[in-house]
Amino acid sequence: MEKLDNLYREIIMEHYKNPRNKGLIDDPSYVTVHIKNPSCGDDITVQSKFVNGIVKDCRHDGHGCSICCSSASVMTETVIDKTTEEANKIADNYLLMVTNKSFDETIDLEEAAVYSGVRQFPARVKCASIAWQAFVETLKKGA
Amino acid sequence: MEKNLYRSDFPQFQDKTFVYLDSAASALKPQSVIDSVNHYYHDLSVNIHRGIYDEAYEATRLYEETREMVASFINASPEEIVFTRGATSALNLVALSYGMNLTSEDEIITSELEHHSSVLPWQAVANKTKAKLVYIPLDSEGRITVEAFKSVLTKKTKIVAITYVSNVMGYISPLDEIIPLAHQFGARVVVDAAQAAPHLKIDVKRLDVDFLAFSGHKMLGPTGVGVLFGKQELLNSMEPIELGGEMNEEVGKFQSVWKDAPYKFEAGTMPIASIIGLAKAIEYLKNVNLEEIENHTKRIRNYAYQQLKKIDGIVIYNPTSDSSIIAFNIKNVHPHDAASYFAEKKVALRAGHHCAQLIIKWLQIEACLRASFYLYNTFEDADQLVQTAKAAVKFFRSVGFEG
Repeated sequence: MEKLDNLYREIIMEHYKNPRNKGLIDDPSYVTVHIKNPSCGDDITVQSKFVNGIVKDCRHDGHGCSICCSSASVMTETVIDKTTEEANKIADNYLLMVTNKSFDETIDLEEAAVYSGVRQFPARVKCASIAWQAFVETLKKGA
Repeated sequence: MEKNLYRSDFPQFQDKTFVYLDSAASALKPQSVIDSVNHYYHDLSVNIHRGIYDEAYEATRLYEETREMVASFINASPEEIVFTRGATSALNLVALSYGMNLTSEDEIITSELEHHSSVLPWQAVANKTKAKLVYIPLDSEGRITVEAFKSVLTKKTKIVAITYVSNVMGYISPLDEIIPLAHQFGARVVVDAAQAAPHLKIDVKRLDVDFLAFSGHKMLGPTGVGVLFGKQELLNSMEPIELGGEMNEEVGKFQSVWKDAPYKFEAGTMPIASIIGLAKAIEYLKNVNLEEIENHTKRIRNYAYQQLKKIDGIVIYNPTSDSSIIAFNIKNVHPHDAASYFAEKKVALRAGHHCAQLIIKWLQIEACLRASFYLYNTFEDADQLVQTAKAAVKFFRSVGFEG
């Protein structure tokens, strides 16, 4: 069961049960992106607020499996207060990591690094990616 | 435990740890089907109908022999059998051709139990023709009842698009009563038999069904081939939706003439190998006997169900299923989390909405797990499912999922 234990790490479960920055805000200064994975029903909305090149706030809401929902929470904590450039780098690197491609290990993924276990579950890569992809879209739209 | 007589015919079980419980998505293929597909590619490999050399003659003979086998399998005439890409293509063909004659005065009856391929083509017809789409209210178990069907059947009903066996709940629709009732009101009945063909003896004459569709790959056959049965006068009255080679009789610069059904619906080069392979799948099912398969499958399903329902933390959505399907979840664990656990234990089952979002919404869940059994499954497979489910509940509670 080593692989599964490696997937359902404590940090992941902690964020799943107590998600941070959850719930959307009705505020036009936020950039909103909604992504759905029709094959499994994961459904995530991410809202980012960018001020002077800084990710001032990031929020999420939606539903899906533990990997999907927890990674949305971890993502918001990771990117808030980073410059948009730093946040973008982390997101790109994270997405390379979970898809098992070569990535820059010198970039600190912080808590998001615990999702490396997903690489052993190719069917779950999408679950771990969807919130980060939505964040990258908010960057493209609004930063 | 009793020995499974069919298992050795399926080379996929060379990996002894493989517990395959996803036959409702696609059945495994016996060696005879694989050999038949290989025979076509290896020894024939040529197109049908057109050539006048030996190989083309032989390929054509095998192709048309399959049509006859399919016809006799469901008690139809060969002229009533159209080969398609799958049940999906077959159901779309009826909607895009026959369905386009509907008007805003007409009504289409369907149900929330339908697979997307049974409901979406008619939703599109309704949107295009402004015909009204009407849903049969399901009973408390999620079943289609004759009474509920009567409540929506009117003189305006022109089409009833309905599943034979639900791919999530495993319920068998009461077609013996629904079809004659629909006919009394002048409606045509289109049956999605994708889950029925692998399990039930289908008799289109006894049912008096107008259209019926199924897929080869769910009944031990190759992928890429499906069947549309249509009553001859209906097929003859319909326009083809794909135009091209082989389907025409005479081509002019401005007008052309089509062949008779079923050939006018088989444009271009068909999946010849798959169609030839389907004959072997039918032969296999006939040799084993569908009743035998159904008895075997149901015994295993019920054996698994009786034990699964005793596990604290497992919720089952179709306790009274008529078929080989168990739809379930681990309480408070998303089915994709659960499915990864089963996959790690080499138990292959399906997680998601099973291309039937309407019934998932009706159940008021996000998604579910589905275990489905077939002739090659054993009581040991059921034990494996139950043991893994027990262990999964324990594992997810241990890592922090709430009970």
